[in-house]
Amino acid sequence: MGAITLDKVTKAFGTMAVIPGVDLEIADGEFVVFVGPSGCGKSTLLRLIAGLEDVTSGAIRIDGSDATRVAPARRRLAMVFQSYALYPHMSVYNNIAFPLKMAGQDKATIRRKVEGAARILNLTDYLERRPGQLSGGQRQRVAIGRAIVREPAAFLFDEPLSNLDAALRVNMRLEISELHQSLKTTMIYVTHDQVEAMTMADKIVVLNAGRIEQVGSPLELYNRPANVFVAGFIGSPKMNLLEGAAAERHGAATIGIRPEHLEVSTGAGGEWSGVVGVVEHLGSDTFLHVQVEGLGPVTARVGGELDIRHGSRVWLTPPPERLHRFGADGQAIRQAA
Amino acid sequence: MATLHTRTTARFMLSPAVLLLLVWMIVPLGMTLYFSFLRYNLLMPGMEAFAGIENYQFFLTDPAFMDALVNTLLLVGGVLLITVVGGVFLALLIDQPFWGQGIVRLLVISPFFVMPTVSALVWKNMFMHPVNGLFAWVARGFGLAPIDWLASVPLLSIVIIVAWGWLPFATLIILTALQSLDQEQKEAAEMDGAGALSIFAYITLPHLARALTVVVLIETIFLLSVFAEILVTTNGGPGTASTNIPYLIYAQALLQYDIGGASAGGVVAIVLANIVAVFLIRMIGKNLEA
Repeated sequence: MGAITLDKVTKAFGTMAVIPGVDLEIADGEFVVFVGPSGCGKSTLLRLIAGLEDVTSGAIRIDGSDATRVAPARRRLAMVFQSYALYPHMSVYNNIAFPLKMAGQDKATIRRKVEGAARILNLTDYLERRPGQLSGGQRQRVAIGRAIVREPAAFLFDEPLSNLDAALRVNMRLEISELHQSLKTTMIYVTHDQVEAMTMADKIVVLNAGRIEQVGSPLELYNRPANVFVAGFIGSPKMNLLEGAAAERHGAATIGIRPEHLEVSTGAGGEWSGVVGVVEHLGSDTFLHVQVEGLGPVTARVGGELDIRHGSRVWLTPPPERLHRFGADGQAIRQAA
Repeated sequence: MATLHTRTTARFMLSPAVLLLLVWMIVPLGMTLYFSFLRYNLLMPGMEAFAGIENYQFFLTDPAFMDALVNTLLLVGGVLLITVVGGVFLALLIDQPFWGQGIVRLLVISPFFVMPTVSALVWKNMFMHPVNGLFAWVARGFGLAPIDWLASVPLLSIVIIVAWGWLPFATLIILTALQSLDQEQKEAAEMDGAGALSIFAYITLPHLARALTVVVLIETIFLLSVFAEILVTTNGGPGTASTNIPYLIYAQALLQYDIGGASAGGVVAIVLANIVAVFLIRMIGKNLEA
């Protein structure tokens, strides 16, 4: 069981309010990702849940019981740190066994659980090594092993993949997702990488300056961003956000259109016309950076085989049903349904 | 240092320094060895003669030698115990955030800047003096008879004086090691259910192993040759109660004018220091490996 509720949680360091007030419900077994730019308070929020920081006001409930003032070890949460925080003088076995030893379990139980975790994580051959003798990915797995053996109510991950190289990151992303499928334990995962958020989460919490901007499933955030910040943050390449006359024509202060939704034609005709600047060929797709007259730079994503070169003139048309409209306050304008 | 040429040049450039150091070391060592085989007394100039191993026999069978050897080891061991345990404790204390941290750290470190003769005299006259000393005043305040520290427990007194001087050194090294401990490791241990004592035993202390090794090795080198504190307080007495090997050699050479015997003592001291060094490296040297 691992349902977590944050009730008007605030955190201030001195007079600086880092988290002005957060309400959040996390259901048992959910994979929740906190995502946001650096300094948005996502790690602080995770540390508040872990108990490594004291909340300034508000309450944290785990499975319905108030855990606001409970010591970190008694919250039945396990955390995987960005630096992995392995104990460098202990073998892998002792690292994984440490929480069990602290809980006073007997030797046979510890051995059984550590070996079980090592089997799940492919660490059986490395149990006698020191952390210093392992690769980044293996260290990551030891840190996860140390969290698994405690059989916690929820796992907390603090940017666990940011120290790995790109290929390994994709692998570990899959492994963590698979782990979640097999354990079905609540997981809270902090990252600044919106790709990790989109691929892993059941529910994404977008944070900005300590406030929750939007909570929803990956596709909800992609299709129906609540405001300009979420629209710009979710999706790669970034959504085109346009202001001025082009936006007013659609009755909004800002309009947004994702690069992949723009209709591109090389023949005459289209809402906007511009000259292609940089062309990025990725094989499967091509990104066009178009300088549109009267609008500025717009990015469009087209198929990989399209033959468009630097300096060509193209016409871009945003399909109205794909257009996102935002008011002057940055909030999305929804069609009256 | 890739090519043969640069390596040769490097050796050539290094050689003056290496040669100078070699001469600086080999000449006194050679002369000490030479004197140790001579009958050489300053009261009988011109009477030097080859004495064989007589000087060694004399020094090693001197009843004061065994006392001095035991005293040396007790002095080194006692000071190490106080400075390592006390240093860890003090470093843990001043690593905590508190108001006035900077000035407290400065004060804790200051005894290291007081030279041994001065600190020993201050301790002798202002703390341990049976009439004027602070300890005597405190003892009288409780209605107890004052202890004449330097007369009744001379070796312990010297251990305390020397330890006071070396405590800041240990504290400083351990403090820097403490500050290099990854905070996330402590937080991870906290989440793993370790209390303050377990974190100290399983995380902090192993992290300090290397710093503690450095403290023990460096202090041992200097503590084997403690001399000034003894000279200005007890003069090795009463009897030989606070005589260590350096002081015994000094007494042989400059109180009894026996250069030959003192040189033999010096050679014995070198051998003993090396034995201690070998034991130390065997015991704790593996901590220094990366």
